[in-house]
Amino acid sequence: MTIAGCAAVTAAIKATGPIALGGRELPTWFTSVVILLSPALLAALVATQAFAEGDHLALDADTAGVAAGGLVFWFTRSIVGCVVIAAAATAFVRAL
Amino acid sequence: MSFGILADEAGFSDIAAVIMSAIVFAGSAQFTAISILAAGGGAGAAVAAATLMNSRFLPMSAAVGPSFSGGPLRRAAKGQAVVDHSWALSSRGDGSFDQALLLGASAIAYCTWVGGTAVGAIWGDALGDPDALGLDAIFPAFFFGLLLNELRSHRARGVAALGTAIALVLVPFTPPGVPVLVASLASLVGLTKRARAEAQERQEAEGEPR
Repeated sequence: MTIAGCAAVTAAIKATGPIALGGRELPTWFTSVVILLSPALLAALVATQAFAEGDHLALDADTAGVAAGGLVFWFTRSIVGCVVIAAAATAFVRAL
Repeated sequence: MSFGILADEAGFSDIAAVIMSAIVFAGSAQFTAISILAAGGGAGAAVAAATLMNSRFLPMSAAVGPSFSGGPLRRAAKGQAVVDHSWALSSRGDGSFDQALLLGASAIAYCTWVGGTAVGAIWGDALGDPDALGLDAIFPAFFFGLLLNELRSHRARGVAALGTAIALVLVPFTPPGVPVLVASLASLVGLTKRARAEAQERQEAEGEPR
């Protein structure tokens, strides 16, 4: 269900560009909002997963792990390092 | 490969993960959708968030449109090949795109993406207790890395902070997935006069319609 829905909307978005809008520029207000969609969505995804447990806010092992991963990414720009350290730090804190 | 492992973690079967990579072929949207499902959100919220994540493909594929040959159907089919890196790679910098390079780069990316998902999904099965290994931190850490990459402008940082605040305030009151969707409204900051003027400047500086 989710897979079919995602496939349909992705295909529709990618097909609309070349035909419906072929050659014309999109209005600036639209592009301006689209550029900012990723930071808004990503920040919300990080916040809800690192600081929330179901329907309540909670600081726990994965909060620490994500923070550690973020530090690694900040200094190394490595997404693999960020993810590996985040998992390792979470597992460590959880095992304490 | 990371998608395969994470999909596995989110409760997808190996085959479902591979099918999703094969027919959706949009990494960030796939990650967004499965992470919302993993957090207990519904299919509707997952698809809606994935759609928002994919909205960037609209200006991207519109920019490529004139560089594609063939009738509307063929151009729409070629539009399916638009992914971030092949789009960036094939841009000639003057608003036109190298069609052969874009299709070629996407073909290679498609094979590695789908193949990698399969390897990750199968390998994910072999991993032990996901909680003990801290695997639940993989999703947010991955998104955090992507986010840090996006925070180059002052405005992007402000929008990220606003999105975080909206999401956290809504967590206790709404079903999973909804806080993320509502937080996307933070991007409407882009409607302010200054943000639009800056987007315009950027477009002109880059010399390509985005």
